[in-house]
Amino acid sequence: MFARTIALAAAIATLTAFDGAVAQTTSQPPDTMAARVEACTPCHGNQGEGTSDVYFPRLAGKPAGYLYNQLLAFKNGRRKYPPMNYLLEFLPDPYLQQMADYFADQHPPLPPVAASDASKDVLQHGQSLVSRGDPQRQIPACGSCHGPALTGMEPGIPGLLGLRPNYISAQLGAWRYGTRTAKAPDCMQQVAARLTEDDVTAVAAWLASRPAPVNVAPAPKGTYVLPFACGSEPD
Amino acid sequence: MCCRSRAAVNRIEETELRSCSPILAAWLLLFAGSSAEAQPKSGPDSLVARGEYLARAGDCIACHTAPEGHTFAGGRAMPTPFGTLYSSNITPDRETGIGKWTAEDFYKAMHYGRFPDGGLMYPAMPFASYTKVTRADTEAIFAYLKSIPPVNQRNREHDLRFPYSNRQLILGWRTLYFSEGEFKPDPTKSAEWNRGAYLVEGLGHCGMCHSPINALGGTSQSDAFKGGLIPMQNWYAPSLTSNREAGLGDWSIKDISDLLQTGVSMRGVVYGPMAEVVHNSLQYLNDEDTRAMAVYLKGIAEGSSPPPASSVLPTSESSLLVSLGKTVYDKHCASCHGTQGEGKPPHWPPLANNQSIEMQSAVNPIRMVLNGGYPPGTKGNPMPYGMPPFAGLLSDNEIAAVVSYIRTAWGNRGTPVSAREANELRSAPLN
Repeated sequence: MFARTIALAAAIATLTAFDGAVAQTTSQPPDTMAARVEACTPCHGNQGEGTSDVYFPRLAGKPAGYLYNQLLAFKNGRRKYPPMNYLLEFLPDPYLQQMADYFADQHPPLPPVAASDASKDVLQHGQSLVSRGDPQRQIPACGSCHGPALTGMEPGIPGLLGLRPNYISAQLGAWRYGTRTAKAPDCMQQVAARLTEDDVTAVAAWLASRPAPVNVAPAPKGTYVLPFACGSEPD
Repeated sequence: MCCRSRAAVNRIEETELRSCSPILAAWLLLFAGSSAEAQPKSGPDSLVARGEYLARAGDCIACHTAPEGHTFAGGRAMPTPFGTLYSSNITPDRETGIGKWTAEDFYKAMHYGRFPDGGLMYPAMPFASYTKVTRADTEAIFAYLKSIPPVNQRNREHDLRFPYSNRQLILGWRTLYFSEGEFKPDPTKSAEWNRGAYLVEGLGHCGMCHSPINALGGTSQSDAFKGGLIPMQNWYAPSLTSNREAGLGDWSIKDISDLLQTGVSMRGVVYGPMAEVVHNSLQYLNDEDTRAMAVYLKGIAEGSSPPPASSVLPTSESSLLVSLGKTVYDKHCASCHGTQGEGKPPHWPPLANNQSIEMQSAVNPIRMVLNGGYPPGTKGNPMPYGMPPFAGLLSDNEIAAVVSYIRTAWGNRGTPVSAREANELRSAPLN
């Protein structure tokens, strides 16, 4: 009898605990990646579309491999931006991959092209470098790696459209000065080192003036052969 | 044996975080085993495995591994108010690591803070805590470190300002703040409490952050676990004894254990430097040791709380702030933390009745609003939810307002903060 009383009491306790658990699940945050990456949204927008701050890039639709490489680089301190380094420092790599996949899967429209205050000469110089490079200075065309439509290639090469000129200049500058680096062979560092400041301004202005193509998706892996080896895009 | 050891290191490398916030000291947590009970088997393999567990408890990796560097090869810069220290190579490399050390040498380092040649270690190495670790546990850690792959990497010279570059000064520090001696159990307490005390005070070296540090970089015994601002990092490590700070007197053992092991709990979540401790160290402790620490931490909380501090702001200013704060809160915060500050714990922490919001130092709540943050990814919580940074969205005045609001709303007994305090923390280091 005593044992049965105990058993009954235990059953009641279990039920109560179960009720508690149910009540708890109803007040949980949504079990979604969208809810988990809310920390990213003040700077990168709700869907990774970017915000009015010209130095914070669009993330949406970039190749997942590229985004993952950047998340790892911020986590490990290779890419230095303290607010990002701080946020990612203690997150597991598989979780960073999920974050990268999430933003790669977002497809908000590209922003309308803002009017450029760059001169015609500057834009022309930018167009020339982007589409033909400068063989004499061993500068390849941007499109030779980033794709003829500049939409990038899976898994590791980002598209260059939908970014503001300030962001592009800042990143090219960081490659030139070696404050932004990637796995060896660090192809972007090699290319950027050959650019002058005027080149950077021109390339940034021209890229930012391009309207969105109909298909903004990155090209599938292996669509074209890179002109040289690149640690971020292994064979 | 060789293969097994290598596997052990690989495990560490796979999951480790390569960067941790450097800090004068280190925070760790640790555990050490007063041996007998936690020892499954005897023999060299189990000794190495136990050593690996204890090294986790001591969080050796946090300081002795540089970002993107080899595990335990040192070279991590640790800024201190006295200059920058660089951690040392503790892999078994004979030339640049501890390959020539004997077990006795290692014990001398852990227990007395001395190099094999008798030289003095800087107290950034938490030997004032590690001195409490038993000889058996120290030997297990040494056996583990001897089993990992050697890395040939020369130690970098410290970069300390005069006069701190003179190691003889350490003698003075030791006289004031170092008392050598293994942990002595309190016979009036339970075995579990004593185990927790051993872990918290010894390998865990919790006191390195959770005790106030004076201008000489020392902590007096009477101030143990009373909380303090962590030098160079500008995060406040709350008191572990005051229930108005992080004192855990009215927390359940489960909530404390959850916080230590997973980084989140129904009462609060760890961010900042404590996220490092949970990520690198605490999440690896077994349930028994986690519970022992919880029992001890709950036990050291003081029975009565000191009265709330009075506000330093004039009343009219604070009421304006709080009213603006409610507007900011309803717009930016309530969707996650709830209109009554109830949150959706454990992932979206409650702000009502949350000690870290109310405590006298407002540094942590201000920094959370400015910088946001993710709790650590752990086995128990591998995909944590994050708090957005608001530094770019809110003005100093709005930050001060919303922090003042959450510190005083819903029965919270904190005090308002000023826009100047918010502004000063915008430049606080983030890593």
